[in-house]
Amino acid sequence: MAVQKAPREGFSEALIRLGHQHEDLVVLDADCAKSNMTNFFKDQFPNRFFNVGISECDLVGTAAGLAIGGKIPFANAYANFLTGRAYDQMRISVCYSNNNVKIVGHNAGTSAAQEGATHLPLEDISLMRSLPRMTVIVPADSLEMEKAVEAAYYHEGPVYLRVGKLPVPIVTKKEDRFQIGKAIKYRDGNDVTLISTGIMLDETFKAAEALANKGIQADVLHIHTIKPIDVEAIATSAAKTKRVVTIEEHSIIGGLGSAVAEVLSEHCPVPLKRIGTQDRFGVSGKMHELLDFFELRAANITATAEKLVDSALIK
Amino acid sequence: MQLASERKEYLQELTKTIRRHIVKMTHHAGSGHPGGSLSATELLTDLFFEHMNVNPNEPDWEERDIFFLSKGHCTPVYYSVLAEKGFFPVEELMTFRDVDGRLHGHPCGEHIPGVDASSGSLGQGLSLANGVAMAAKLDGKPRRAYVMIGDGESQEGQVWEAAMTTAHFNLDNVCAIIDWNKIQLDDYVENIKGMKDFKAKWEAFGWHVIEIDGHNLEEVHSAFEQAKTVKGKPTAILAHTVKGKGISFMENTHKWHGLAPNDEELELALKELV
Ligand SMILES: Cc1ncc(C[n+]2csc(CCOP(=O)(O)OP(=O)(O)O)c2C)c(N)n1
Repeated sequence: MAVQKAPREGFSEALIRLGHQHEDLVVLDADCAKSNMTNFFKDQFPNRFFNVGISECDLVGTAAGLAIGGKIPFANAYANFLTGRAYDQMRISVCYSNNNVKIVGHNAGTSAAQEGATHLPLEDISLMRSLPRMTVIVPADSLEMEKAVEAAYYHEGPVYLRVGKLPVPIVTKKEDRFQIGKAIKYRDGNDVTLISTGIMLDETFKAAEALANKGIQADVLHIHTIKPIDVEAIATSAAKTKRVVTIEEHSIIGGLGSAVAEVLSEHCPVPLKRIGTQDRFGVSGKMHELLDFFELRAANITATAEKLVDSALIK
Repeated sequence: MQLASERKEYLQELTKTIRRHIVKMTHHAGSGHPGGSLSATELLTDLFFEHMNVNPNEPDWEERDIFFLSKGHCTPVYYSVLAEKGFFPVEELMTFRDVDGRLHGHPCGEHIPGVDASSGSLGQGLSLANGVAMAAKLDGKPRRAYVMIGDGESQEGQVWEAAMTTAHFNLDNVCAIIDWNKIQLDDYVENIKGMKDFKAKWEAFGWHVIEIDGHNLEEVHSAFEQAKTVKGKPTAILAHTVKGKGISFMENTHKWHGLAPNDEELELALKELV
């Protein structure tokens, strides 16, 4: 069994490590410092931490100002309120002004759990992806999160980083090379391409194994950077397998599924199935219940991939 | 109208029942927000049982008064009051936050009888109340719009955009209740982003302000009565409260903002509520 760890823990640890190395790194939060684990950064660097209270628009604007003032701010809040409410501040004060602000959306996806629909961010990737200049990163686990935080710091320009609250298995490896904009190939196969983002990598690995047991060999691509997306890796794999399934803990509208559909339609049109949440709001439930509820399990991926392979054979 | 003594006794018992629901519901779910629910208990109980013109058998009755829980995380007290008032069965409270239930962590305007709008993203309720009040004025109806706002929530800019709207349009049929428990999620409001002179702020925005002890049922009751008689401007009831009120170990700490009691803590809490 893989070790379980909350992505927010990896986030918090990496932030503190970078904080020791770089004086210009500052952190902002909007009254969720305990929950977002930015309070540990505050303990170490009280002068470089600003809790602006329950004011997400003000948070993002202030972060943009700090960037203009020569700092590298990480602005933290729950993903839904941050991307929904402060969208215009990100659009104008951050992206259009090209300010070097790192936007960190917490409580991501099903990790908002029992808080329910208002708190379940299922549209944040879609919103962030539409902003010119915004880089969108969705790490798979706590270990990859640490690499992503570092990469975000060194990247010049706006970044959106999606961080989950609850423990998930660590499925990536220390030696996996993290490079913004580059997909990671985890498995070779000729029959179907499975493309996942974020914490769905775990279920995707399980699905690939189940498919192999049925004689179907999957190519597995992990897309930690949704934007800019790795066109080459996706098109190359699709050209080989001729069918693609995308898997994300987010709406199929505007997220990974949409991004991959855009790539395929222009570069390698092959059949695509998108697994993710449908065009609906969430409900309250424990995280594992929500993954079942939204049909984001390995069994769902396996069934979808099988069907896609079968339908291609019949033709 | 003063609160008659037998009504006061009745309400006092009811607030105890509601506090028991609050701790049981959050214990059942293993999550949820007891602190800000316990601070709002007297305010919401008196409002729904003594002032709001509503009909639980006909939740969408067109003449009804409307209430918005702008601090949407305080569903434990809100659902409890609605259930005790008869909008849905009291037993349903123990499905709080269940994946197959309708009593979600934050109120859903679509599915729950008595709830008119979804909330949980702080700062949005007063604008809704303004809209309802404008519609009532257009229709020449005596309907009133109530909204409960947190003191931490008042850091959201929209609260003040809306407060200007209420006063500008002379919406005297709007009554805002501010649960001034001095604590938000991370810490005391004063330590995060202080309100400075909170009362003067509301007054400067053109509101009639009534400052009360939000746990004193008589003061709560007469504040709502007075609000109904104020003409030409909206009323803000600034209610001094204690976060976690009624359960000693939950009182006056941010620790119990969003934490559920375990078995042992539930037992201790219920002992204090007999
Ligand atoms: C827009 C938005 N930002 C952040 C949150 C997360 N959050 C939920 S409750 C809360 C603190 C609220 O404090 P207050 O308004 O004082 O409520 P109370 O003390 O009465 O519970 C926060 C930050 C949220 N629900 N909505």
